[in-house]
Order: sequence, then C-alpha cells, then structure tokens
Amino acid sequence: MTLVFDILVQGALLGGLYALFAAGLSLIFGVMRLVNLAHGDLIVLAAFLILALTDLAGFDLWFAALLVLPAMFAIGYLLQIGLLDRVLGKDILPPLLMTFGLSIIIQNALLEGFSADSRRLSAGAIETASIPIAPGIAVGVMPLVTFLAAVLVIVALNQVFYRTAVGRAFRAVSDDPTTAQLMGIDNRKLFALAMGLALAVSAIAALFLGIRANFDPTIGPARLIFAFEAVIIGGLGSLWGTLAGGVVLGVAQTLGAAINPEWQILAGHVAFLVVLVVRPRGLFPRAVD
Amino acid sequence: MTASPAPALVATGRYAVRTRTRLSTVAAVVAALLVGVLAAVPLFAGRGLVQDLFFVLTMLALAQYWNLLAGFAGLVSVGQQAFVGLGAYVLFWLTISVGLDPVSAVVVSAVVTFVIAVPTAFVVFRLRGAYFAIGTWVVAEVFRLVMAQVKTLGGGTGTSLPREVTNEAAVVTFVADLLDLRAAAARDVAAYWMALVVTVATVVLVYLLLRSRQGLALSAIRDSETAAGSVGVDAFRTKLAVYLLAAFGTGLVGALVYLQKARISPDAAFAVLDWTAYVIFIVVIGGIGTIEGPIVGAIVFFVLQDQLSQFGSWYLMLLGAIAIAAMLFFPRGLWGTFAERFDIHLFPIRRRFVVRPAARPEEASRPVPLTGLKEETP
Repeated sequence: MTLVFDILVQGALLGGLYALFAAGLSLIFGVMRLVNLAHGDLIVLAAFLILALTDLAGFDLWFAALLVLPAMFAIGYLLQIGLLDRVLGKDILPPLLMTFGLSIIIQNALLEGFSADSRRLSAGAIETASIPIAPGIAVGVMPLVTFLAAVLVIVALNQVFYRTAVGRAFRAVSDDPTTAQLMGIDNRKLFALAMGLALAVSAIAALFLGIRANFDPTIGPARLIFAFEAVIIGGLGSLWGTLAGGVVLGVAQTLGAAINPEWQILAGHVAFLVVLVVRPRGLFPRAVD
Repeated sequence: MTASPAPALVATGRYAVRTRTRLSTVAAVVAALLVGVLAAVPLFAGRGLVQDLFFVLTMLALAQYWNLLAGFAGLVSVGQQAFVGLGAYVLFWLTISVGLDPVSAVVVSAVVTFVIAVPTAFVVFRLRGAYFAIGTWVVAEVFRLVMAQVKTLGGGTGTSLPREVTNEAAVVTFVADLLDLRAAAARDVAAYWMALVVTVATVVLVYLLLRSRQGLALSAIRDSETAAGSVGVDAFRTKLAVYLLAAFGTGLVGALVYLQKARISPDAAFAVLDWTAYVIFIVVIGGIGTIEGPIVGAIVFFVLQDQLSQFGSWYLMLLGAIAIAAMLFFPRGLWGTFAERFDIHLFPIRRRFVVRPAARPEEASRPVPLTGLKEETP
C-alpha cells in the first residue's frame, strides 16, 4: 500500500516536469495551430545555455536561469518573425518540416559545441533534500519545487490569457485570425510574442530538467514526445488539463519503472495510447481541432 | 464515374480525356532503358557502385511511399521508421527462428508489417494534422522499445544474421555461380537486384495508383476534403488505404535493407534520422507531390551524403539548413520548380481534355464547339 502511494506521489511530481515541457507546446498550438517539432531540442538548448553560464561564466545556477529566460524569449520571438511566420498557413507541412529541420540543426550544433557527454546542472544541497510526509514515504524538495513551478507557470499563463489585453488578443487570434486582424490585431507580432512566451517557459522547464536528470544534445525528441503525450492525454486547449496529462504520464512511467526499470518509457507510451483509444479528445478537452 | 467533364462530347469520338503526352511516352521508353542499364550494372561495375546504387534505390523507394503519404494523401508522418524497423525485425525473426529463406522472408515481412499497421492506423488516425505526425513518432518509439525487450533477437544490443541466411543462401550461391563472384560480393548483387525490382515496382505502382480512380479521389481530398466527400469520396477509407500501402512498401524496403546489412539493433532499425528525416529531405528537395521529385531528391541526397557525410554534425546541420531554405524559397522542390517553369511532366497524372484532329478535311473545317481546348497533334 505504501508502495502504491509512493508511486502515485513520485509519479505526480514527475508529472509537474512534463507539464512544464508541455505548457509551451500547448500554448503555441493554441494560439497559432503550430506544432513545433523542435520544442524538445529548444528545451535542451536552454539547459545548455544555463550550463554554459554556470560552468563557463561561473554564475549562480538560479541567476543563470534568470538570464536564460529572456534570452529564450528573444530566440523565440526572432525564430517566429524570421522563419516560422513565413511558412505558417493553411498547409501544415511547411511549418512542420521547418521545425523538423530546426530540430536537427539544434541537436547537431549542440553536439558540436558541447560534445555528446551527459551533463547535469548542480543545485547544491537542495538536490538531495527531502521531506518525510508519511511513514516510509518522503518527497524530494526538488521534485516538489518543480511541481509548484509548473502550477505557478500555469496560473501565470492563465492570468495572461484571461486577464490581460494581450491574452484577449491571443484568444481572438486563436478563435479566428482573420477577424482578429480586422479588429486591428497584428498577428505576426502576437505570434512572435506567443513563441517567445513558450520558449521562456521552456527555459524554466530546462532548469528543472537539468537539475533532475542528466541531459545530452540528443534527448530533445524524447522530451517533445513526453510534452506531446501530456497535451493529448490532458486534452487540447486546457493548461490545467495539460498538468493532469503530465501527472497521468508521470504516474504511468513511475509505475512501469517500479515493475521493470526498462519499462518506464514504454509504460508512459502505453498509457498515452490507451487514453487515445478510449478518450480520443483527452481527459479534459476544450479546444475543437 | 468517369474523369471526363463532358461525357457526351467524349462519346462523339472527337474528344478524349488523356493523361499521356508525347513526352511521357518518350520518358517511359527512356526509363525502361535506364532500368535495363541498372539491371546490367553488376555485370561490369565493382562492388562499391553496386552498394551505392542499392542505397539510392532503397532510399528512393522509401521516399516514394512517404511522398504518397504526405504529398498526395496529406498524411504527414514522422514515424515511418516504425515500418522499416518492423519489416527488418520480422525478417530477422523469420530467417533466424522460423528458418524461412531470405527472399520469401522479405515478402512475408512486408505482409506482417501490413498486418501490424492495421491496429496502428486505428490509433494514429485519431489524431489530425500535425498531431498525427507526432503520434506516428510515438508509435515508432513503442515498437523500438518493444523490440528491445525481445531477447531472442538480441534485445537492446541487437543481433546478426547467420551465414545460412547471408552468404550461404540459395539466391546468393546462385548469383555467385552466375557471375563468378565471391559470396560477399554476390550477396550485394542479389540484394541490389531485389532492390531494383522493388523500387521499379514501387514507382510504377505509385504512378498507376495516381492515374487510377483512387488517385483522382486522393487529389480531390487533398484539394478539398468537404467537396470530395460531397461527390462520394470516402476520405477516411482512401487515406487508410494509402497509409496501409505505405506501411507494406516501407516494411518491404526495411526488410531488404537489413537483409543486406545483416546486422540489426533497435536504435538503428527505428532511427528517425535514417528512415524519416533523410527520406523527408529527399522528397522536399526533389519536389513533394510529384513522382519525379523523389527521384531527383534521392540523387541529390546521395551526392551530398557521398561528398559531405565525413563532416558529421556539420553535414547534418547543412541538410537541416537546406531543408529550411527549401521551405522558404522553393517549397515545390527542385523538380517541382523546374516542372512548373517549363511545364514539363515526365510522369503526368493530370487529366487533360483533348480535341482529336478531324479525320476528314470537311470535319476539320467545322468549328470546334468548345473554346480554350488544346488541339492534340497526332
């Protein structure tokens, strides 16, 4: 019983990390119906940027992450204005293939710059600290902080979406880009803002990814897949749904790993496929598409 | 249902719906000659060239199937490595554990891949558009992880084909005797001839499919799914059929490729880079939505690979950059841009309404009742 409870708690906390991966993906899809195949690689890029600032420039980890946040926002903004915006349209193929090309470029640029070695961000004593919550069960401080960060990010994004003028514009463009334009909204700028915001969230995801586990230039696609699974399990268009999706994925993976360590990833995929077959629109669907 | 816009006019005999052009007839003859030359290559060329051509042919076949999916059926998959890997693994299982001879095992592998693709389609078809793409990728990952658990086929580290399946297979000894080659070289020649058969059959099949009613249905769906549905085209069934056909063909090529490699591992057989990224590159560079495009693309890709692959990650960055530049500046690819500029179609699939020249002079003087039609010269 303790074991089951432990799996649920640890899995749910892992889900917080997956929700952080997924929030950016979900945001971009919601606003401009773009699926960014380079999303995972951009998270890994952010992790390497943080690593470069701590290891090479000697900055404190949290300060480095604070610097990478606006840097990723800028990268997202420019990426959208310079490249993605030019191919966005009715045909889904060009943007999809462009982000696929970006994914390969980022992976190999990171390989060239940082080698294939596994790296890690070190956060000091907090990494191993834990809080006992029940007899035989303790939760790590870092996983807890990660989960809280995910909740905070989602709260913040929801505030932006539903309480600000920019958020209203996001929703308008998402519902009907043509009419939104007629109302004086500059789609290009708005899309760039959304991409910047999504990559800023990715920088947060990168920080917690790097503290939790080893990373190397090739792990991006797997992160993309986890993010995607969390989005689909949760249901399109709902950020809280994405958090729930991340939790389901995290619990499934932790359960699989408890049975056989080789089954961790497979168990997550199987949970995703089961949800897809049983509830194709996800657990908490909102958007129609 | 006929493709004709005016059946009554066609019935008079003076008008017809044609896809063939004089150029396409010439192209067909040249293509047939080229295939003949390719078949004869092992008689005079060295092992290196045979291996290179094997690579080009198999990549071309994979590209044709991906092009059929993405370029004609609008199904953008980034998970075709699932079927390459499945075809390859089933081949290894059939030859090692069941003891089937390699040639029939290649065919049976494709059939098994097709069968596995049916439930797979049921799952991925629940996702649309771009999410379909990532869904296919997840499925490929599932197959990779499952195959890594199959201990009889080497688990995560993989396994090799035994000599009875490679150098001592009946087809290899036959080729060795025929051409007076050593077993290792004869193996390459046997694989090459099989690849030639598979690739030529693929191109012909795709061409005939696109010229058929089903091909017309595909174009209709691509242009407007709603409109196509309104004239009785079942979009779901048509797309499903294309997906399954592509799975069959991709599995066939996968089995063939790994019969030649004779060594398999889950990470290699289900590699997204080798079996999907390169394939997409070939189609996009050559020209998506045309049959000639992948042929041009496969040749361009081979030249790049041959000249630049030694540069490792810089080479891959270059491929990515070329693909992005193509999306920005010539989204129709090399062949697509060329064909549009000069209106040259070697394998035309467009149906044209043509007016036949009159058989007798008095008929020729009669005014043509429709304007804007091209007069076809005999």
